[in-house]
Amino acid sequence: MTTKKSAKKAGGMSCTTLQEHIVEIISDSGEGAQRCGQTLGSIAARMGNGIWTTEIIPAEIRPPARSVAGASGNRIRIGSEYITNGGDETDLVVAFNEQVLLGRVNARELKPGCIILLENMWRTHADPGIAKSYTEAYERLVKAGYKVHEIPMEEECLKITSNARRGKNMFALGLLCHIYSFDLQAAREQIALTFGKKDRSVIDANIVLLEAGHKWAVENIDFSFRIPATPSDKKLISMNGNTSLALGVMASGMEICAMYPITPATSASHYLSEAFERVGGIVHQAEDEISACAFAIGASYASKCTVTITSGPGYSLKQEAIGLAVMAEIPLVVVNVQRGGPSTGQPTKVEQGDMLTAIYGSHGDAPKVVMAPATIEDCFYSMITARRIAETFNTVVVVLSDASLSSSQQPFPRPEFNEAWLAPPYDQNPVPEGAKPYDWDPVTGIARRFIPGQPGGMHTVTGLAHDRQSHVAYDPDINQEGLRMRSLKLAALQKTLLPPEVFGAPKGDLLVVGWGSTKGAIEEAVAGLQAEGKKVSSIHLRFLQPMQPGIKEILQRFKKVMTIETNWSDSPDDELINEDSRRYSALATLLRSRYLIDVDCWTEVRGQPVKPRTIRRVLLAKLEK
Amino acid sequence: MKLSATKQLLELYKEQQALEDYQSGVPRWCTGCGDNAILAAIQRLCRDEGLRPEKTVFVSGIGCSSRFPHYMKTYGFHGIHGRAFPVAEGVKMARPDLTVFVNTGDGDCCSIGAAHWVHAIRYNMNMTVFLHDNQIYGLTKKQASPTSPIGTKSNTTPRGSYLDGLNPLTVTLGVVNASFVAQAVDWIPETLFEIVKAAYHHKGFSFVRIVQRCPEWLPKSLDPWLQDPERIQLVHHADGLQLSPGLSRVYKNQIEHNPRDIHRAREIASNQEAIPVGILYRNPEIPCYEDTRHAGALRTVDAIRRNFDAELDKYTV
Repeated sequence: MTTKKSAKKAGGMSCTTLQEHIVEIISDSGEGAQRCGQTLGSIAARMGNGIWTTEIIPAEIRPPARSVAGASGNRIRIGSEYITNGGDETDLVVAFNEQVLLGRVNARELKPGCIILLENMWRTHADPGIAKSYTEAYERLVKAGYKVHEIPMEEECLKITSNARRGKNMFALGLLCHIYSFDLQAAREQIALTFGKKDRSVIDANIVLLEAGHKWAVENIDFSFRIPATPSDKKLISMNGNTSLALGVMASGMEICAMYPITPATSASHYLSEAFERVGGIVHQAEDEISACAFAIGASYASKCTVTITSGPGYSLKQEAIGLAVMAEIPLVVVNVQRGGPSTGQPTKVEQGDMLTAIYGSHGDAPKVVMAPATIEDCFYSMITARRIAETFNTVVVVLSDASLSSSQQPFPRPEFNEAWLAPPYDQNPVPEGAKPYDWDPVTGIARRFIPGQPGGMHTVTGLAHDRQSHVAYDPDINQEGLRMRSLKLAALQKTLLPPEVFGAPKGDLLVVGWGSTKGAIEEAVAGLQAEGKKVSSIHLRFLQPMQPGIKEILQRFKKVMTIETNWSDSPDDELINEDSRRYSALATLLRSRYLIDVDCWTEVRGQPVKPRTIRRVLLAKLEK
Repeated sequence: MKLSATKQLLELYKEQQALEDYQSGVPRWCTGCGDNAILAAIQRLCRDEGLRPEKTVFVSGIGCSSRFPHYMKTYGFHGIHGRAFPVAEGVKMARPDLTVFVNTGDGDCCSIGAAHWVHAIRYNMNMTVFLHDNQIYGLTKKQASPTSPIGTKSNTTPRGSYLDGLNPLTVTLGVVNASFVAQAVDWIPETLFEIVKAAYHHKGFSFVRIVQRCPEWLPKSLDPWLQDPERIQLVHHADGLQLSPGLSRVYKNQIEHNPRDIHRAREIASNQEAIPVGILYRNPEIPCYEDTRHAGALRTVDAIRRNFDAELDKYTV
């Protein structure tokens, strides 16, 4: 981060110009820090800044008030340029109490010397225990070198509203609008949009608080920042990955989403439940994950491709049904918004632990397509692509998102609706005389499916081994043929894919391979090293099965290759770990087995998006090794 | 008798279906298996009702019963163990124009798929369900099922099963939105057909439990009921099953029961001594989930585009 003192206004007020800043707002659950952060992000985006917002979510719905584990809020990385990831540690934090703040300090999420704007009502709290813990925390933070500013948020809000708990977030927003030199009118407009569904009086009440916060900051805070914006010439939209994905479902022409509630996938279905039915879509909340998948398969079988949306544990439960869709060649899109695993794991935290389950899941050989959106924009288009692949190849397409994409917000160019995205109407024409329901093309393995309602196409689909007539078959040759045909479809799809683009020079000392939500952080770290003359490049894989062509050639042009992932891999530094015993990360395992290249890996499973600074450190070490 | 010209014309174009139009392959069930009787009754129903084979879907799970769709010349979906209901629900939701049947067994419905069974009743989607209940796992070669009577000797319960059998009728009648519950036995084809027909004509989730013999694994277990007509209780009513004189002569244990009376239906369903045969409950007024859910907008390209653009407006910065 480069900073530059640009101006010193009258009254000792300094305004510093920055390239970027990371700001977070944290509170107890239910105090509105999430909304404050999201709104701040949207205002910054309106100003033309690049943003990436990350939700800070406690694992519990209502953790105890003022608890270290209870921080709820939002972190916004604001930049002059386009921002591709959440970045490193926080530069400025607004905290509604000192305990949630200590949680962030303990998690090492705050930069040394970070600016802290701290609600000071606790200092004089009636409960001496609370007052004491506040004072102690304050002193500890000051001693640690943080720039702590005590702000009388409660006191100021009480001048305006009787319930400061419900208004403090907008007051804080006002503070931040002043600190980051945001246009107050843009903030008013954004609030009107945010509370658009509510009464005008609600909007006005929030604007009064916003203005009060802004006024207080003008009068009392002696610093401010300006992050010059480079507005995009394109129309931008800003949303999180789950909303983007849900809009993609709508745009793909899929008509039914069957789901069961699970974190962090469910917000996609929340959004669909709200918006989907207006276009004749249906969200079916099934009695369980298995049922949701089977329902989707039944609907796909009888009409257009259907989607089911889930996360890790739900994805495990669906495995048998997914195998059925593969076997019976019924198009199906399965979204897995990955979270920490195994078992219940870390429901609200990011991890890329499900790749091999997605590829190899379900017993027997069950070849399916696995895609991994890398950005929030990708989440949208991946649904359109997934639906089309599923229907073209009559197979299952798994889309692996994750808890980082699902809850982060980033602006991207507004999609222009294209009629061609929509699924065509399902065929109800009579089936040609003598046509078979599984008349596999000998080269591609593709057969045109018959849909109920088509005269002459009557047959029974089955999960049992079957011949071209869909008759249950015990003949060894027929089973051999069936497996071959289902496998060939992946090869046929692979022929249509393009090689991945190399980020940086086409050859060099080190190639980093990534997939999914780590793209922005990897490329930021790689770009930094490239700027220093290091011969590092990266590729990011959007198809995990089949893999894009040309990967081996790219890998071979680099002296060293490694993956960066957020899943488990053994560390060679552990005493018992050597080449005989080391378990590599998912992608490294895959690349090693497919390309016979010595691909190394570095992973972490801290439940947080991996930081560019961490990647930089890892890559530097790898270069030196 | 003379018909009017219009009627003659209609008759001329009316498609006459034959039983063969619904038959596919030779069933691989054991000789004497109750599934054969159920197949015969359903094929007769299809013919009598003139169901279009391409608009008819039989969905099943796994087990002897679930081979059923393979023997029908309609569309069929032979899925996975316990999941016939959700598959059938997906079919019906996507395509309310299709006639949907479900064939399931006591293991499929009452054990591995029990969660789906309970919720399928609650959804009350318009489909006709046949529970082929032979009180034993057949395809996996004789293990006790949830409906096996206590003491049933099987490969997993060689000293006799430990638990009382579950009663599929009382369970179904206990779930909210139950709208049609009937029971038949495979060895009285006349009532089997009449009940299958009534189930088909009910709009909603029509649940028919068919007590059936398994000559392979439990060849004698139903003998006490087969050999003593008093242990069949015919449940009849002007709005329910109507008894032919022949039937009345053989089965003298009869009660009149109004199928709208759910409390009495539960009482009759609980009968352990005799097997009640007839329509226990029917309520045509319970809404079907697919009708409730299809109240939304039309799926036109313009509607999708308009809504899509309106949504994007909300997120534009």
